[in-house]
Amino acid sequence: MWIFLASEIMFFTGLIGSYIVLRFANIHSWPVPSTVLNIPLTAVNTFILICSSATLVMGLASVQRGYREGLQVGLFLTVLLGSVFLSIQFHEYHELIHDGFTISSSIFGSCFFTLTGFHGAHVLAGVIWLTVVLIRSFLGYFSPEEYAGVEIVGLYWHFVDLVWIILFTILYLI
Amino acid sequence: MEGTVSHKKPNYAAIFWALFILTIFEIAIANMPFAKVAVVLLLVFLAIVKASLVALFYMHLKFEKFIIYVIVLFPLFLAVVLTVMVLNDRMPTLLT
Repeated sequence: MWIFLASEIMFFTGLIGSYIVLRFANIHSWPVPSTVLNIPLTAVNTFILICSSATLVMGLASVQRGYREGLQVGLFLTVLLGSVFLSIQFHEYHELIHDGFTISSSIFGSCFFTLTGFHGAHVLAGVIWLTVVLIRSFLGYFSPEEYAGVEIVGLYWHFVDLVWIILFTILYLI
Repeated sequence: MEGTVSHKKPNYAAIFWALFILTIFEIAIANMPFAKVAVVLLLVFLAIVKASLVALFYMHLKFEKFIIYVIVLFPLFLAVVLTVMVLNDRMPTLLT
């Protein structure tokens, strides 16, 4: 799993590196993000993703103690929070495109939709994967002796959270 | 990893509250009337602290072997080298 995450690190750091280069190359024409983007809404979304990491890790701690219901509650809440994150991002895209800010309207638009779009696709994949793990937990899988399936999806989900922490700072706040 | 971890459990709730409070700090700092360079440096520092908390405690990197650190940090190093080289190519005056 760590090898896969290493490839994901290269993927996202490559995109972030391109963003930094493009931003420095257009430093005078780059808009102030708060004039284009909805910062309060995205701050709420950031809190939601941080909460989802906490619920997942609590679920993992539950199954390690032999409390499968705790795992199921943790996974369910994580799927729910991940879905809310995606819904808010979809709403944000809808508002931005309605206001004329699209992937082809400016370099900032291209960077914004590429970075957040790929991240959103990763969140969607994570929600689907977590749903499969949740179903497996209802089917009786996972115990204090065998919880690798939960830990591996957890690594992926926390990585997606980690990437968002960086994206929120560089795209929305700086 | 993979169902065999026997280390002491991190305080997950404390990590959650730390991430929560640091995010509030970030939003506050972004709206402070400080010099732009100071705001950017502070925000990048806070983002690195938050990302490190997630990696070290939620992803249990703190309890992994040295080889896992190499696997994680080497691509980061390559990305920094690539970005600096392209920046240097685009804007020689920025870095020299």
